[in-house]
Amino acid sequence: MTLPVLQVRNLSHDFGGLRAVRGYNLEIGSGQIRGLIGPNGAGKTTIFNLITGIYKPSEGEIFLGGKKIDGLPPHRIASLGVSRTFQNLLLWRHMTVLEHVKMARYSKIRYGWLGAFFGTSARHREEAGIEETALHLLDRMGIRHLADQVVLNLPYGAQRRVEIARALATEPGILLLDEPTAGMNPEELAQIMEIIRRVHGEFGMSILLIEHRMKVVMELCETVQTLDFGAVIAEGTPGEIQNNPRVIDAYLGRERAE
Amino acid sequence: MAVFLQNLVNALQWGSFYALIALGYSMVYSILMLFNFAHGDIFMVGSYIGVGVSMALIALSAWGNVVLPNWLILVLTILFSMFLTSFVGMIVERVGYRPLRNAPRASAAITGLMIGIILETGNLALLGARRVSFPSLIATATYDLGGVFVTNKKIMIVLVSLLLALALHQFVRRTKWGMAIRAMAFDFSVVPLMGVPLNRMIALTFALGSALAAAAGILFGVAYPVLDPYMGILFGWKAFVAAILGGRGSIMGATLAGFLLGFTEIFVAMIFPSTLRDLIAYSIILLILTVRPHGFFGEPYSARLRL
Repeated sequence: MTLPVLQVRNLSHDFGGLRAVRGYNLEIGSGQIRGLIGPNGAGKTTIFNLITGIYKPSEGEIFLGGKKIDGLPPHRIASLGVSRTFQNLLLWRHMTVLEHVKMARYSKIRYGWLGAFFGTSARHREEAGIEETALHLLDRMGIRHLADQVVLNLPYGAQRRVEIARALATEPGILLLDEPTAGMNPEELAQIMEIIRRVHGEFGMSILLIEHRMKVVMELCETVQTLDFGAVIAEGTPGEIQNNPRVIDAYLGRERAE
Repeated sequence: MAVFLQNLVNALQWGSFYALIALGYSMVYSILMLFNFAHGDIFMVGSYIGVGVSMALIALSAWGNVVLPNWLILVLTILFSMFLTSFVGMIVERVGYRPLRNAPRASAAITGLMIGIILETGNLALLGARRVSFPSLIATATYDLGGVFVTNKKIMIVLVSLLLALALHQFVRRTKWGMAIRAMAFDFSVVPLMGVPLNRMIALTFALGSALAAAAGILFGVAYPVLDPYMGILFGWKAFVAAILGGRGSIMGATLAGFLLGFTEIFVAMIFPSTLRDLIAYSIILLILTVRPHGFFGEPYSARLRL
């Protein structure tokens, strides 16, 4: 039996007196795409923050490839292979696209102080290798031609791709995408869905996707969890979820559904 | 003309101290949005550490019967003192600022001022209320270049300062740590997700700034060999002005503004009575900031490390 890439057991989190996540469970096998939907404030992003170590869970356990990661600092969890993007793009405005991807290689860079300063041949070789990998990745995201551009100047859709490229460059075992299509026009939407498909298909990446648009979830995800007030209220294939009365209640409000 | 050039030489030396100290202010500000108001006193501590290190090296070379040439003692003093002072900076960060990482910035600023006072009075308690003189390691040689007098010390001070500023620039541009520091200046929150240990990078930033302040302290000691515990206060404030003027977070800006401050002070003193020097010099700086509130290389409304 192969271990799931990511396993979350009975995860709960409190903000003061507010229980933002309650008894959340998740298992993602290698190469699966799972969706996480729910109304605003349901706790979706909190779950991401718990998995990536930004918050420490009040209760529960998180395993990455069988290794317990809850309680570790964010940079350790990242090095172990959890990567993510953000709902509101968090890019380094005045750095170039290529620098973003290189930065993501940080924990893989081996050269030391001396090499960095005096340009030893080992450093040059490593640097060249990093650059090649980075450019290759940009190529597959369709933004290689933008490598030397400062991200501030790029259109929104391209910035989203930079963020995904940066997340992939850490060589994660699992990718967490937080509303990657937020604020996109139909054309950008089609492109980003194509990118996510490619990341899944070509890279064989396991993905956990937070998404608001049903269309995206329907097309991309194998199974979907619906979250409301911090708890999973429905789980199943996108088709099952869409017709689940509890999900309709959560999204549209009870009175209206009745 | 000779008078002008003479003042230019003096201004370059004077500006070197401001530039080196301003770099530390600027680096810390760019990642933490915090002015480390203890930084001027770290310059003072660095200078005193320099006295200790150089006296130890002189004693060591006398005791071991190895005659270290004086220039070598000076080089070793600069390097060792930079190393030791970087720990002072890291301790200040660990003890003073890290517990306040999520507190309002005003609390951190007040803490910085208090740390400064602790460093000053701590020095006073430790060494007593007397001035300490910096060991004279190299004899002054004066060169007459057509009426302009240049000393070997002035040349050394300016060259070492420029070299250190350049080294910092290279460090930030070429190394993975530098890249991480730059990224932190833009957005703090994502950086750990790239596998970067945030606290270690912040400590590194304080270490770098403090090491440069120590270098400034020793160079100052070489030029003006009388030290007192309060020597860092005015220098700290003026370097702070240089950091603002350079554009908060800009390495190039901080260096240039440090030198500009030196020029302004020296040239004002050339024209006006020297008692009015700071009044007039800083009125000019104020005027520049009125026109360009975000400094030379700063971005309006946000402070980012730009290279």
